[in-house]
Amino acid sequence: MQVVVVPDHRAPIVTSMVWYRIGAADDPIGKSGIAHFLEHLMFKGTAKHPAGEFSSKVSEGGGAENAFTTNDATAFYQTIGKDQLGTVMAFEADRMEGLVLTDAVVLPERDVILEERRMRIDNDPGALLAEAMDAALFQNHHYGIPTIGWEHEMAGLTREDALAQYQRYYTPNNAILVIAGDVTPDEVRRQADVTFGRVPRRSEPGPRQRAKEPPPIAERTVTLHDERVTQPSLSRSYLAPSYPNAAPGEAEALDILADVLGRGPTSRLYRSLVIEQGIANSASAYYSGDGLDYGRFGIFAVPRGDVSLDRLGAAIDAAITDIRDHGITQDELDRAKKRTRAAAIYAQDSQATLARIVGTVMVNGQSLADVQEWPSRIDHVSVADVSAAARKYLDKRRSVTGSLLPAPAENRS
Amino acid sequence: MPLIVARLGLALLGLLLIVPASYAAKIEQVVSPGGIKAWLVEDHAVPVIALNFAFGGGAAQDPAGKPGVANMLSALLDEGAGNLDSEAFQARLDALSLSFNFDAGRDQFYGSVKTLAENRDEAFAMLALSLQSPRFDKEPVERIRAQIESRVKRSSTDPDTVAMLAMCASAYPNHPYGQPVDGTEASVAAISVDDLKAYRDRIFARDNLKIAIVGAIDAKTAGALIDKTFGPLAARAERTPVPDVAPKMANLDIDMPNPQTIIRFGGPGIPRHDPDFMTAYVVNHILGGGTFSSRLYEEVREKRGLAYTISSTLVPLESSSAFAGGTATRADRADETVGIIKSEVARLAKDGPTAEELAKAKSYLIGSYALRFDSSMKIARQILGIQIDGLPIDYVEKRNAIIANVTLDDARRVAKRFLANGTDMIVRVGPVPKSGPEEAVQAEATVPLVKHL
Repeated sequence: MQVVVVPDHRAPIVTSMVWYRIGAADDPIGKSGIAHFLEHLMFKGTAKHPAGEFSSKVSEGGGAENAFTTNDATAFYQTIGKDQLGTVMAFEADRMEGLVLTDAVVLPERDVILEERRMRIDNDPGALLAEAMDAALFQNHHYGIPTIGWEHEMAGLTREDALAQYQRYYTPNNAILVIAGDVTPDEVRRQADVTFGRVPRRSEPGPRQRAKEPPPIAERTVTLHDERVTQPSLSRSYLAPSYPNAAPGEAEALDILADVLGRGPTSRLYRSLVIEQGIANSASAYYSGDGLDYGRFGIFAVPRGDVSLDRLGAAIDAAITDIRDHGITQDELDRAKKRTRAAAIYAQDSQATLARIVGTVMVNGQSLADVQEWPSRIDHVSVADVSAAARKYLDKRRSVTGSLLPAPAENRS
Repeated sequence: MPLIVARLGLALLGLLLIVPASYAAKIEQVVSPGGIKAWLVEDHAVPVIALNFAFGGGAAQDPAGKPGVANMLSALLDEGAGNLDSEAFQARLDALSLSFNFDAGRDQFYGSVKTLAENRDEAFAMLALSLQSPRFDKEPVERIRAQIESRVKRSSTDPDTVAMLAMCASAYPNHPYGQPVDGTEASVAAISVDDLKAYRDRIFARDNLKIAIVGAIDAKTAGALIDKTFGPLAARAERTPVPDVAPKMANLDIDMPNPQTIIRFGGPGIPRHDPDFMTAYVVNHILGGGTFSSRLYEEVREKRGLAYTISSTLVPLESSSAFAGGTATRADRADETVGIIKSEVARLAKDGPTAEELAKAKSYLIGSYALRFDSSMKIARQILGIQIDGLPIDYVEKRNAIIANVTLDDARRVAKRFLANGTDMIVRVGPVPKSGPEEAVQAEATVPLVKHL
């Protein structure tokens, strides 16, 4: 088990996070949602500590706790007074090996995740469209399956499914411990030796090999009409590499590209579509390069007044053609680098954020050193690098365009 | 989403390792040479300054019949000021790596600025410009108006927002608290630049202002910058009196085509200045506070799997006080969920909490207080809030003792006092079965039509 310590002595508080190298993209065929379901079930008690005891302990200590599941990882964390660190580490180590599940707790919890899906996805047509776009963008890789799962498969998940997943992946050799806060590496090592250090390894999960995408050759479009939509919007996703697998400097160039094209009110898309042409209420771009296997370059825009999505899409295409043909300016590059430097200083202000950063990166097999060199790599990004990334990845054949629209008139009740 | 932030933050870990253990949340009151008061926590661990401030009034000071003025103003203060038009102003914010945020609350108009210490003077100068001489040029005004209209339109079919607006409208008829803070499509269309200017002239005043500063800045420098920024504002605000009011109770059912029914419940609350407020705060924590162990969480989620989340909270407004909570559940089990909420609230009102529940709640609330102070931005928000609530500067040190002193008798008495009518209002938004004796009314854009049951 890898252990990382991030000292932050401003307040007598620590954040402890355990990360497992198992995420939703590892869900077996037909069992989508199992990684997330098991995350929930990890709160149901162990042979030594019945359900609720760990949470009570954290709560009585004035701590905050939660857990989350991504496509690539599952993590559990507590933020608590530093004198409680040993206690939460002991509880966390206990549930790494001693989870007890009965149908009496599994079945109501399955109803909970179904309600969670309805709340997060089904109540929101925009979220439903995003699911449909992912399914189209990833033609083979499991990033095309929702993290929370498809409803019909979630409804069939069982206690046995959860336990099989637990036995295979919740083993110390598949976990990373990140501790941020008012603590020293020596103290953490001492506590880790008597807690996680005593959990035996139960399996060898092996290398993480998932199905790869074929070369994307067809531009795709997805349209969702929904009677709940009162404000149409246009989204686009391009298949892109991510930090763990991009060619040197390429992911950094995509970060800069997204910044110049669509981050904030001084970006190209906002200035052109929202201010100068007045055809959009919002327009933005992002690059998400955290994934183990793939990244995604995205664009989102909301039309102003009765401007059609076709017209909005044409204006977005024009902005993209321009950046592909002419690249960015040195001034734009310099400003983007400056913004990222400032963001780094602001990020130091939150210890939980730092713990999350470390875990996200390490869980994908990257090293701390890798990441510590990141600012110098960003500093080395050139105008030519950004242009090359734009030409290579902002290619419509790599993309899905999603339209969110009100129900057609004839279907309205 | 902020991968850039993430990676850079990590890159600076080396730097964090050598930061000395110097943090101490010592709050001091600064009085500027011009006589403006602010609370300051000086801390140089991270080269950042957070400035939070609030003008009393908020959306409750919107002109009669024109909700949304304060909200629209909050979106326009960084869209051009002084001799900088919108584009030049935004470019300057960007060049300085400055973050500006303005927000209209029910009772306060909030502002916050986050700056690198090296850009301190320029940051205050930009804020001064935006507060003292916003331009309200036609292009940004119409652009922002379109953005707000779009949001209002979108939220008219968002079941959470529909439930919240319906509850406010029903609880506070003919009162500013019943109006939507964002305004309605009609009111936003009608707001003029004169409305925005008039609001600014009436509310942005020195006697109406609370300021909190946290970070790499000393008292003397802070005092001088406060004078330059806030000194030229009007000495006195002209606030329209907002009448004290008790929330009106009613049950509403709103038909919307969602897979879930949104349930909101509530009743009268307890004012912030009431001696029982903190006891009520502890009692609410036991009922539906924010951990995995409240009674509602246990009964609705853990035992029955009816919802992903359920919570309740005290809503102490300046001119009213309420208690409110909510959840979202499968439409076909909404009746069951409402029944459980009602019986849990009634049970706590009747018998109060157990000694064990009280001890656990106190332990959590005391221990977790420190988590509200673990970043500069959070500290600034906290010490602004304490000023707005009219509490003393040593409140941070005394607050945990107030919680520790809550007795079981107090908790029982206060549970009865504020929970006896805790579910007198129930709002449900979701699919209503068509077989009922009366059909609920289809929700319409912005102003949902509702049926009083």
